[in-house]
Amino acid sequence: MPDPIHQFEIKRILELDLFGIDASFTNSALWMVVAVVLISLLTIWGMGGRALVPNRLQSVAEISYEFIANMVRDIVGVSGMKFFPFVFTIFMFILFLNMLGLLPGAFTATSSISVTAALALLVFFTVIIVGFAKNGLGFLKLFVPSGIPKILLLLVVPIEIISFLSRPVSHSVRLFANMLAGHITLKVFGGFVTMLIGTGGALAAVAIFPLTMALALTALEVLVAFLQAYVFAMLTCMYLHDALHPGH
Amino acid sequence: MAEKKTNQQTSTEVSHGNATHEKSFPPLDPSTFAPQLVWLAITFVTLYIIMARVALPRISTVLEERRDRIASDLDQAEQLKQQTEQAIAAYEEALTQARNKAIGIAQETRDALTGEVEAEKLEVEKQIAEKTIEAEKRIQDAKTAALTHVNEVAGDVAQSIVQELIGGKLTSAEVNQAVSRALAS
Repeated sequence: MPDPIHQFEIKRILELDLFGIDASFTNSALWMVVAVVLISLLTIWGMGGRALVPNRLQSVAEISYEFIANMVRDIVGVSGMKFFPFVFTIFMFILFLNMLGLLPGAFTATSSISVTAALALLVFFTVIIVGFAKNGLGFLKLFVPSGIPKILLLLVVPIEIISFLSRPVSHSVRLFANMLAGHITLKVFGGFVTMLIGTGGALAAVAIFPLTMALALTALEVLVAFLQAYVFAMLTCMYLHDALHPGH
Repeated sequence: MAEKKTNQQTSTEVSHGNATHEKSFPPLDPSTFAPQLVWLAITFVTLYIIMARVALPRISTVLEERRDRIASDLDQAEQLKQQTEQAIAAYEEALTQARNKAIGIAQETRDALTGEVEAEKLEVEKQIAEKTIEAEKRIQDAKTAALTHVNEVAGDVAQSIVQELIGGKLTSAEVNQAVSRALAS
């Protein structure tokens, strides 16, 4: 049975040291760079024609743009459009990392808690900084829902604070766990196939079942890869909305 | 890729025996956090700058240009439509005018012709009346002439009769007297 955890191992391609910090170029970094290059190609080279009637690649770039622009406009509001490049970058980066991770032999950078936690904390602190910068202490109204009896506030305010503080946890673990679980499951079924074929004879024919399963799961993982990027961007928008409009 | 996997697999299985069991779960292994985070920061910031400075403004320009173009095309279409409607209205008006004019001309011609016919008719009637009067006069003349001749004829006849009956000769004066008397009575 192949080790389903092995695929998550970080391999140092180039040992680097930056002021005492381990900045080695790893397989994770490689796929991050690939994602940046591909996204840039799609959105810059793909738009190269600047055609009035777009070709396929330009359509994809424009659809991505409008998809995220509408999301930001609908959830954060028109005043939130200055965060559009931020949300767009987050969405495209996670989407490409997730999708690239599905390529055989590729590394899924978003299957590491450090990456997803860093992204979630980036959003978390952006929300706090923007919230206080925009509303001053009025940002604290976020924890005091209006229209609630005073006595209940004693209960509600701590709950709101805890839920606010736990946001980066759920935000990061959701993406991380989905990627991790999906890839482990894929690897387990893939492992069954090689194992059954390896034993040979009648059992090799049974390998068709885990193979079918792996195929179906791959399709599901494509959906999950998109969905998790979408959910991450969507939650980012909702948190940014809180930062701009803290009153419930 | 299958090859690669089996290679990796064997290498892990080889290392399984010694240190790997103590090794932590790779996605949660803190020793690998630093390089991942450094490169996450580098790539994310790079991507953000590329998107915010270059890619998104370009897409936005293209989309705006398209929206403007569509709007201006619609405007133009609206203008052309209005022009068409104006042209149609002008045409309709010209047509109505022409029709009215045609009706007027027809009416005028009809009136003119009727007048002419009427005048000619009157003329002809007048001529007929004149001719009738003339004819009547001629008939009267002829009648008078005929009557005069009648006297002469009667005189001649009477003279001849008298000559045949009594063998005498009458002067024309006597005959004329007798005839006039007879006619007068």
